[in-house]
Amino acid sequence: MKQILEGSHAVAEAVKLCKPDVVSAYPITPQTHIVERLAEMVADGDLDAEYICVESEFSALSACLGSSAAGSRVYSATSSQGLLLMAEVCFNVAGMRQPIVMSIANRAISAPLSIWNDQQDSIALRDCGWIQLYAEDAQEVHDFHYIAYKVAEDHQVLLPVFICFDGFILSHTYEPVDIPTAEEVNAFLPPYKPYNMLDAKNPLSMGMYATPEYYMEFRYEVDQAMMRSADLLRKVGKEFGEKFGRDYSNLVEEYRLEDADVALVAMGSICGTIKDAIDEMREAGKKVGLLRIVTYRPFPAEEVQKALKGITKIGVFEKNLMIGSRMKGAVGYEIKDAVNDSAVQVLSYVAGLGGRDITIADIKKMVGEIEAGRGDCFFGLRQELI
Amino acid sequence: MADKTCELMDCGHRACGGCGPAYAGRLIMKGAGPESIVCASTGCMEVFSTPYPQTAWKVPWIHSLFENAAAVASGVEAALKKQGRKENVLCICGDGATFDIGIQCISGAFERGHNITYICYDNEAYMNTGIQRSGATPYDASTTTSPAGRRSTGNNRPKKDMPQILAAHGSPYVATCSLAYPNDVIKKVDRAVTTEGPTYVQIHTPCCTGWGFDGSKTIELGKMAVECGLWVNYDIVNGKVEKAKKVKRKPVEEYLKVQKRFAHLFKPQKNEAEIAKIQAIADANAEKFGIDINI
Repeated sequence: MKQILEGSHAVAEAVKLCKPDVVSAYPITPQTHIVERLAEMVADGDLDAEYICVESEFSALSACLGSSAAGSRVYSATSSQGLLLMAEVCFNVAGMRQPIVMSIANRAISAPLSIWNDQQDSIALRDCGWIQLYAEDAQEVHDFHYIAYKVAEDHQVLLPVFICFDGFILSHTYEPVDIPTAEEVNAFLPPYKPYNMLDAKNPLSMGMYATPEYYMEFRYEVDQAMMRSADLLRKVGKEFGEKFGRDYSNLVEEYRLEDADVALVAMGSICGTIKDAIDEMREAGKKVGLLRIVTYRPFPAEEVQKALKGITKIGVFEKNLMIGSRMKGAVGYEIKDAVNDSAVQVLSYVAGLGGRDITIADIKKMVGEIEAGRGDCFFGLRQELI
Repeated sequence: MADKTCELMDCGHRACGGCGPAYAGRLIMKGAGPESIVCASTGCMEVFSTPYPQTAWKVPWIHSLFENAAAVASGVEAALKKQGRKENVLCICGDGATFDIGIQCISGAFERGHNITYICYDNEAYMNTGIQRSGATPYDASTTTSPAGRRSTGNNRPKKDMPQILAAHGSPYVATCSLAYPNDVIKKVDRAVTTEGPTYVQIHTPCCTGWGFDGSKTIELGKMAVECGLWVNYDIVNGKVEKAKKVKRKPVEEYLKVQKRFAHLFKPQKNEAEIAKIQAIADANAEKFGIDINI
């Protein structure tokens, strides 16, 4: 049934239907509306879960780890500073192969303090071993939760998932969202079957330390599971499409790329603006297309290579900053690696940091820069402040 | 349920000969029994008992990080509650993980009222990393980060009163005990796990390596600490101190002089002033808990 929902509430509705045993979270803007709504659902008996109201994000994810290890499906949500406070636990959860799903309302990182959107928070946790999905709109962020649990809990994967969606831009705006029935979700997402768990009847030790003779193989296994998850994401995304009519079998989205001379690459809600800009530019005779990265981890290098084949001018929109690197952005590096052709120009544009608005006119200007071969820089700096 | 015959933290681990925490681990598990899940912090006991692929634990055991055992235990307890399971949920953590880096997670777990038992094996410093000072290190103990020197007599702060902090959280049962009194440890752990709500047991576990004494004297050292009043065995039930163990007190000097961590108080010459300060700590303990047997 379609409802007009705030993005955060679209997330909460999906979480409710995924039926976690335990929810543990700590308030942080712009994630709060998710966990407030979940708390209401628990208070009203609409969600039969233990809600652990912790004293920090660090404890939120630590509690989730404990519940997951004890055999329960768990959920958390956070943002920005909260995610960084969880950083140590994030690496640990992935290493311990607990299939926790966490929504990230993407927000900039202090200093200076900013509550507004960019994607520096989840990008900073790039190498922690969590699958990272980036949603474009409220429907997608809603749907990703069903897919995320199913993929994370598959015994071929057993990895946690960040579901990233742009803070405020998606979390605090209202959009129509098609919400499946509980029966439909139950048929798609079976109850959680742990691979192993803490149980007095079958005692085992979890989280033991590894000497140099063993450590590397554990890390190798995490990477292998991440690589395997790509196929699972495609398969489960396809199955979701067959059941619910919205196909997520592609880990990237191609928009008007077939005959494009110039390709933009981006993640998240900005892609809506970029698509509008492309439509206008196409009408004016400019052959521009968009490649949207849906899955940043595992990185869909093959899809990227295929989608960008034959395009020689590529610009990457970065809502993150790799301080001190030549390209400046973490997505551009991946694109350059996937394309792997020195004849192709791949340039990064750091833009929209800390919630700075990006308009259709900005996108058109960026395409001009790509055509002129100027890039690997900040875009839209206020020169008078520097 | 307590079972004195069971060995749930078993042999084969890599603790030092005469390790206090290793013995305490056995006693804790005799008190908690086999229907228990253990959440460990990073530290001595974690490292000596679980080098992959070997484990000394015959109960379910989980280690996540240094500072989050109480939060992990909160999650385990919540999951058991949702699943309708009844295992005891225990934390077994050292004093660094408890008094210092993990105190926020513990405070949160106790304030939320989880049905968990948090056990601190207190060997009074960061022993696993090489004997650094913690908030549990006693006054004047020389450690590698509070070394005695020409201008220092060692750790310049008294031990943090962790049991009182947790009692102030509204814990229904807080207890201290010493491995020198094994039946007391077993009894108190049993009582802690069978008391509903967040409970705390702090066990004095002399460390031969960190304190500098012969590994055959661990129990003796534990007894000496209690007999001089620098360590007091007591229960706090619903915020009120009950049953502090009475002793015929001996001077602290006898306890101090057999440990290398206090050797600087006796050479090149005896530091009467500093020993008097430590005696005053023991006297204050005796007064506070009424432990003196008056003949």
